[in-house]
Amino acid sequence: METPSRSFNGLYVIVGVALLAVAAITIWDASTMRIRAQYGVGADAASYLVAGFLILLAAGHLVGAFRKSDELETEPTDWRAIGWIGVALTGLVGSIGLGGGFILGSTLLFAFTARAFGRKALLVDLLIGIVLAFLVYLLFHGLLTLHLPEGPLERLF
Amino acid sequence: MDVLLNLAEGFASALTVSNLIFALVGVFIGTAVGVLPGIGPALTVALLLPVTFKLDPGGSLIMFAGIYYGGMYGGSTTAILLNTPGEAASVVTALEGNKMARAGRGGPALATAAIGSFVAALVATFGLAFLSPIVVQIAVRFGPWDYFGLMLIAFVTVSATFGSSPLRGLTSLAFGLWLGLVGIDQLTGQARLTFSVPQLLDGIEVTTLAVGLFAIGEALHVAGRHLRNPEKPIPVKGSPWMTKEDWRRSFFPWLRGTLIGFPIGGLPAGGAEVPTFLSYNLERRLSKHQDEFGKGAIEGVAGPEAANNASAAGTLVPLLTLGLPTSATAAVMLAGFQQYNIQPGPLLFVQHADLVWALIASLFIANVMLLVLNLPLVGLWVRLLAIPLPWLYGGIMLFAAMGTIAANPSVVELLMLVGFGAIGFLMRKFDYPIAPAIVGLILGPMADSQLRRALQMSQGDPMILLQHPSSAVMIGLATLALVAPLIFKGLSKMQSDED
Repeated sequence: METPSRSFNGLYVIVGVALLAVAAITIWDASTMRIRAQYGVGADAASYLVAGFLILLAAGHLVGAFRKSDELETEPTDWRAIGWIGVALTGLVGSIGLGGGFILGSTLLFAFTARAFGRKALLVDLLIGIVLAFLVYLLFHGLLTLHLPEGPLERLF
Repeated sequence: MDVLLNLAEGFASALTVSNLIFALVGVFIGTAVGVLPGIGPALTVALLLPVTFKLDPGGSLIMFAGIYYGGMYGGSTTAILLNTPGEAASVVTALEGNKMARAGRGGPALATAAIGSFVAALVATFGLAFLSPIVVQIAVRFGPWDYFGLMLIAFVTVSATFGSSPLRGLTSLAFGLWLGLVGIDQLTGQARLTFSVPQLLDGIEVTTLAVGLFAIGEALHVAGRHLRNPEKPIPVKGSPWMTKEDWRRSFFPWLRGTLIGFPIGGLPAGGAEVPTFLSYNLERRLSKHQDEFGKGAIEGVAGPEAANNASAAGTLVPLLTLGLPTSATAAVMLAGFQQYNIQPGPLLFVQHADLVWALIASLFIANVMLLVLNLPLVGLWVRLLAIPLPWLYGGIMLFAAMGTIAANPSVVELLMLVGFGAIGFLMRKFDYPIAPAIVGLILGPMADSQLRRALQMSQGDPMILLQHPSSAVMIGLATLALVAPLIFKGLSKMQSDED
């Protein structure tokens, strides 16, 4: 997203429309609720309240979008760095989802996050990551008996 | 004196080996996350929620409170030596503190911050101990309508005080409230906004939202702005001790900071930032050394540092007595109580009196521990700042993943975490505050059930909220807090148009 330089604030228009969409989903969801409360109001009341609040905020954003005073200056974003963190998170989710386990996923997460922050020595970071993930696994799985997903690396011991 | 008797019993239970260890671990972690940029007490407690699930409730809560107090101490170190505050509550400290460090007076700046934090936390924790039973006396008479009114005040003030505009704060709050709807309604068993995804039936985990918005959002934000090579901390030169003059000039700012911080922390006014700014402005006005302000005036460090610690204690008053969090950390701590099926509120002081008083006594102990950890060991904490950012954020991400996976090891949960991370990044980039969303998720379902309990009693008539004078006043205050800034803004705009 670029800095809005038009006569209206593009960000506010996007947020306003998004809020309206969420409100619409919420109202639709509330209208399908079948369980009624015996006294007072049912579970759908809160849904309608929040949806109303969202619509008010959407209106606020859409009105504010055409006001000069609400212009927003943002710094440019390095999308490549964001992309590397995306790779890191994909590594984590992929590893957990495909049965690679906690240690493998965390190692990828650590190394590629470091890459996003400008580190070039990926192999070194992978090594540091695996040691760190291993220690965390031992501490929390072994000592605190937390259930962390297991993969080939965890089954080694 | 009931309070002293209760406190004595609290100390007896707080001074057991295991509780002392919990307190020590808490203040240690708290100071570390306070020192480190990009990770604060709210996030840390959120990460520890799933980890501490199986531990002793009393011990875990003592540890959480230690983290809260420790974060307030640690933030000042970064603010003084690095000029990039570790916590929002230390932004003001950087103004004068960093100038002092540059002028070779880093030692006295750190000392006045640490001792001021100690004095403030000591006085304010006494305030907590003596005030809480009084608030409880009033709170036992509260009906569901009163709680609903209180929560409305908290919603408005939290949204209005964080962030650059009320519209943005309220939008963040609405996001949290909306997430609070997701899951099975506890009163009727009706599923809301679950879209037939079984993992959503239990609702959104506070840990997942907090970790996504705070940790992952922050990592994306910092990486995207190329803030990769931070400044080096200024080495502490010269005498680390405060001179007699420093003591004289710090003493009253400490007390005044405490008097400002404690009540404001207790009001639902959101966080420790406001009292630090107020304290700074007050000291600036009262100081006999006006010329030094902006160049490293010790009053400008002493006052705000006392104020932020006092506000941490103040925040615990409504949290423990009413179950009402007034800062992001308190909101996450409330989730901590709830995970042990302990509901803070007036009944807490009856049903879990031993736990509450052990917690309060532990705060005194933690405070002493923190003074020791922060004065002689400050060099150790400074060394934490030497960790290269790529590894620091890699480590933060690793722990973030661990916390979420430990809470709920499913791909759906991780995808939600990534989604919240992306939203947290966009919120930071476009200046939407994060804290109201967390408060909304935690308080939203509580407000929902209080409102419906009230409406059950009135058989669906919403006027019950206004028929009770107490709740009518609170709803009036909430409306006023929401509308007043808009009116004042409109007035000043009209005046400037006339000019």
